[in-house]
Amino acid sequence: MNYTGPRAAAEMWVLVVLAFLAWVPAAHAHILQREAASFLTGLGHPISGLDHVLAMIAVGLWGAQLGAPALWLLPVAFPMVMALGGMVGLLGMPLPGVEAGIAASMILLGLAVTSELRPPLATAVVLVGIFGVFHGHSHGTELPPGQSALLYSTGFVIATGCLHAVGIGVGLIHRWPWGQRPLRAAGAVIAVAGVFFMWRAIV
Amino acid sequence: MSGRVSLKPWRQIVIAGGLGPALWPSGAEAHLVTTGLGPVYDGLLHFALTPEDLVPALALALLAGLRGAAHGRRALFVLPAAWLLGGLLGLAAHGGMSPALTSISFVLLGGLVAADARLPLYATTMLAALLGLFNGYLNGTAMAQPGLGTLGLLGIVAAVFTLVALAASFVAPLRAAWARVVVRVAGSWIAAIGLLLLGWAFRPGA
Repeated sequence: MNYTGPRAAAEMWVLVVLAFLAWVPAAHAHILQREAASFLTGLGHPISGLDHVLAMIAVGLWGAQLGAPALWLLPVAFPMVMALGGMVGLLGMPLPGVEAGIAASMILLGLAVTSELRPPLATAVVLVGIFGVFHGHSHGTELPPGQSALLYSTGFVIATGCLHAVGIGVGLIHRWPWGQRPLRAAGAVIAVAGVFFMWRAIV
Repeated sequence: MSGRVSLKPWRQIVIAGGLGPALWPSGAEAHLVTTGLGPVYDGLLHFALTPEDLVPALALALLAGLRGAAHGRRALFVLPAAWLLGGLLGLAAHGGMSPALTSISFVLLGGLVAADARLPLYATTMLAALLGLFNGYLNGTAMAQPGLGTLGLLGIVAAVFTLVALAASFVAPLRAAWARVVVRVAGSWIAAIGLLLLGWAFRPGA
């Protein structure tokens, strides 16, 4: 194939332009470092604790295993319920046994994935919602003072949603016969980790 | 496949010489006070850099887009018009409403998007009008002090119009179930952010 002519030249220059654009230095416009820090703090908070990470991923794994409509309903419902728990935490309303509740969520979600549990949709949503309240309350009471509330919350919610997306993405291996066993094994790992965190919460 | 390009070398040199410096900028010291781009651009960038304004407007555009082209068109014209009216009122009034109320618009609009609420056209119109009046009023009161005035407000309104046009026209033709669910997930994130904001606004000692 002969790759010549004005079109080829234009394509070459498009590549050159893209290379330059990808090489631009940072624009120091509107430097609001505290706000950037707030967003990054919020983004990092959900992934700073292994218990939260595993539970969020487990929600995605289970959703993928259950298939539609749970696959879509859980990621839509969970952030709102979790934020509700966060709001309760911020308002100073106590929720007893938060850490034990988070560990219980890991155990039960892990077992649900391992056993390919298929409860009615409403039951699954309510169960995940209850766990979401525990996770949200924990995050809500851990929000650091002095940060931009909006940007912190934005980063926090985005990170949580991305963890769900990771879980769903990994859980889609359930569609292939070879993927079902590893997925169940992942659920078992999460359940075992939940037992560990439960032990830490109780002892 | 041959890698030969039939452009004359001197043209390549001229083009590279022209594009190179243009595409190799140094740090953009683009604060508008120093660049003097003017109040219209200040308004445009204020909207683009202020999530309190940007996110609810985006949520309304997503909601209108989910409901179809008629809702999108209605939001496209009602929201900027109400924003302008609210801004003019704010410029004249100099203060009054609590910015904490912004979080309610996050929860309401994000929740409606998440629920894929089947609103009638008049409801979309009312939501657009209320959101525009409220956020425009807040912008107006905030812009009265630095003296950005009506021109700054026009910049904001232009940005609102552009955002609604882009977002609603992007969402309206979506038919695939997964694509609409992605939009609903975005709505649930917006509602979640609003719930957390409510907690921040009314937490003890706030």
